Amino acid sequence: MISRITHTCIYVLNQDSAYDFYVNKLGFKVHTDAPMGEGARWLTVTPPDQPELEITLFLVAEGAMFDKETVQTMTGLIKKGTFGAAVFTCQDILATYEELKSKGVIFKKQPTQEFYGYEALFLDDSGNWFSLAQMDA
Amino acid sequence: MEQYEKIYLYQRIVRAKLFMDHHYADPIDLTNIADQAHFSKFHFIRLFTSIYGKTPNHYLIKIRMDNAKILLAKGYSVLETSLMVGFDSPTSFTAMFKKMTGQPPSTFQKEQEIKRKAIQANPLLFVPNCFAETHGWIK
Repeated sequence: MISRITHTCIYVLNQDSAYDFYVNKLGFKVHTDAPMGEGARWLTVTPPDQPELEITLFLVAEGAMFDKETVQTMTGLIKKGTFGAAVFTCQDILATYEELKSKGVIFKKQPTQEFYGYEALFLDDSGNWFSLAQMDA
Repeated sequence: MEQYEKIYLYQRIVRAKLFMDHHYADPIDLTNIADQAHFSKFHFIRLFTSIYGKTPNHYLIKIRMDNAKILLAKGYSVLETSLMVGFDSPTSFTAMFKKMTGQPPSTFQKEQEIKRKAIQANPLLFVPNCFAETHGWIK
């Protein structure tokens, strides 16, 4: 029986830039930052209040995992904003929205009352989009 | 109009929070922080706590401890770290660190050093096998 998620991944186009976005803007914690040789890097971060869930910031680059054509296709799709990667929750969506906006995070949708609660949508530095929801909404 | 007032209020509270995020290493206190939001101390504490779920003072301690962990992991001494996160003395810092994390900073630092060396020596230990395999890191 599956019991829990330990790792999930977000495909990113630049790990240095993703590090800055997820750590310095979103406030995530670095869990593991390990050089794997030949420029490869295993970089995982965790949400501030969820230290057991590692989010791997997975570089889309040509190598053993992706061929050139796949990299081109994925890069185009990520930049285009095709992928909704996750739902994040916060205690107060208006405060979180104001803070992230002041840090330069781009929102596709400002906090809006929907039938399922308050929700906003924002983009990461690569083009992935996320839903931001308020915990008790 | 009411909506604009609410947004403006949020912006003031967020400004005070960011002030703490940027100045946790300085000897700031509640008066400095509340001034950033242009609120009375009482009003500020009430609003901040309702938004962030902890008092401004508790939040300041938390970010000081979070940053202390990063500095300790980088190899700064307990004394250096305590001064760099706004404490007057390593004694008060050590007491607070232990209270918040359950272990003294020196123990935390040793554990981080062990982890850092393990990552350097064998990074694959920290990568799930399926990812390592698809990346071509396991031949």
